[in-house]
Amino acid sequence: MLKRALENLGNRTIQGVWRMGFATRFLLAVLMHSGTAFRRFGLTIREMYFTGVLSLIIILVSGLFVGMVLGLQGYETLQTYGSEEALGILVALSLVRELGPVVAALLFASRAGSAITAEIGLMKATEQLSAMEMMAVDPIARVVAPRFWAGVISMPLLAALFSAMGVLGGYLVGVQLIGVDEGSFWAQMQSAVDFEQDVLNGVIKSVVFGVAITAIALFEGYDAPPTAEGVSGATTRTVVTSSLAVLALDFVLTAFMFRGLN
Amino acid sequence: MQSDNLVEIAGVAFGYGARPVLKGINLTARRGQVVAIMGSSGCGKTTLLRLIGGQIKPGQGTVRVAGESVADLDQDGLYRLRRKMGMLFQFGALFTDMSVFDNVAFQLREHTDLPEDAIRDLVLMKLNAVGLRGAAHLMPAELSGGMARRVALARAIALDPMLVMYDEPFAGLDPISLGVTGNLIRRLTDTLGLTSLLVTHDVQESLKIVDYVYFVSEGVIVAEGTADAIRASELPYVHQFVHGEADGPVPFHYPARAYADDLGLGGRDA
Repeated sequence: MLKRALENLGNRTIQGVWRMGFATRFLLAVLMHSGTAFRRFGLTIREMYFTGVLSLIIILVSGLFVGMVLGLQGYETLQTYGSEEALGILVALSLVRELGPVVAALLFASRAGSAITAEIGLMKATEQLSAMEMMAVDPIARVVAPRFWAGVISMPLLAALFSAMGVLGGYLVGVQLIGVDEGSFWAQMQSAVDFEQDVLNGVIKSVVFGVAITAIALFEGYDAPPTAEGVSGATTRTVVTSSLAVLALDFVLTAFMFRGLN
Repeated sequence: MQSDNLVEIAGVAFGYGARPVLKGINLTARRGQVVAIMGSSGCGKTTLLRLIGGQIKPGQGTVRVAGESVADLDQDGLYRLRRKMGMLFQFGALFTDMSVFDNVAFQLREHTDLPEDAIRDLVLMKLNAVGLRGAAHLMPAELSGGMARRVALARAIALDPMLVMYDEPFAGLDPISLGVTGNLIRRLTDTLGLTSLLVTHDVQESLKIVDYVYFVSEGVIVAEGTADAIRASELPYVHQFVHGEADGPVPFHYPARAYADDLGLGGRDA
């Protein structure tokens, strides 16, 4: 009994390490075969439409609501201390530093990441990738790399739009609905938000999340067993793994970026 | 001088993990011929095509296409060779995000610098050859199984290859599509001067069009010959296969322990 449990544990560990190694080699292959994605940038633009543009609705609407909730909750807390004019700072910093990159990344993982995995997995299951190989066209260069770069480029843009909509939502609730002074709202936000410390760090986070989500989604699709069950399992794994990766990476990045800041 | 044989397979063995699939296959396909590889499902026929296409490498033996040893080629060499090969996958494997036209144009756009006008003419010629010029604007989801197979055939011959491989080209087709596909394979082979290699278990349809047949069973070639020789063969395996008999050298039952034991009737004969 104990022997079997140990064997199972060993097998799972070995499989996990194998898979990690395969994933790393896969990512390296994608990077090495990225020439086509830039030489024929039209391929990447086309994928940016599917991963980026088609994610816009969910990103914009969610950003607006998150900002509106921040406005409500922030006002409730701040007014206790008589500093409701600082609402602009609270909304902007929460969004630009954390909520923008993280929530946008989680939404991106479920909307675009799952779609990428399902598409690549089905292309594999229906032998489209094999057909491409037999036509002397490298599927990593032609199919995978453009999707990878499309995801990496789209993610920070989506996070920026999420934050912008959030600020708008906070403004609508805080200023228009509750009646916080408009001048203070914008002026305090402008003076407190630092481009390098806040905005740029937020952008770096979202680029890292973009790399992580897209790489996981592509790998899961490429590695999916060519069956309906296999593709559905891979899609689920993409959402779960990339969401956890985003949250873990966020903690690490935050620890490095905002350590010791006021 | 170029050899008469386009494909030469000598002493090829291959296995997936510890499970051997091919155990010493010798096979040749002469230029201009339609050659069929037959055998029951799972006997390693598709593995043979993958070995010829260089998607996998043999454990033993050599696979030569146009005189080149496929396993010894690097990626550039392999891709150069594959440009001279076409492959028809079992269910077509059309790119579902592209129209029929774009599917056929795919290789021309990837591998040539031809202007779009010339590509258009070439694609329409290939589609005309398979009778689907009028379907150029359709998406793969709008095609029937037989039509998808014909589009895939047009795509496979887009670059005028010297060798076309067909993986179960007759599987799941209605009788009309079956005849159309068979005739197309024969006609395209003759008019374009191709060599066609068919992997199939559809005996009746393929015997109508092939020049030579190899039978694979349990990883080895058990019989070979012309279509007429195969029809007349008295070998038990070939006889069972050609006449579709349920039991014979290929048993009806998957290997199992005694029936009586499974039913808990130990001691009594099944």
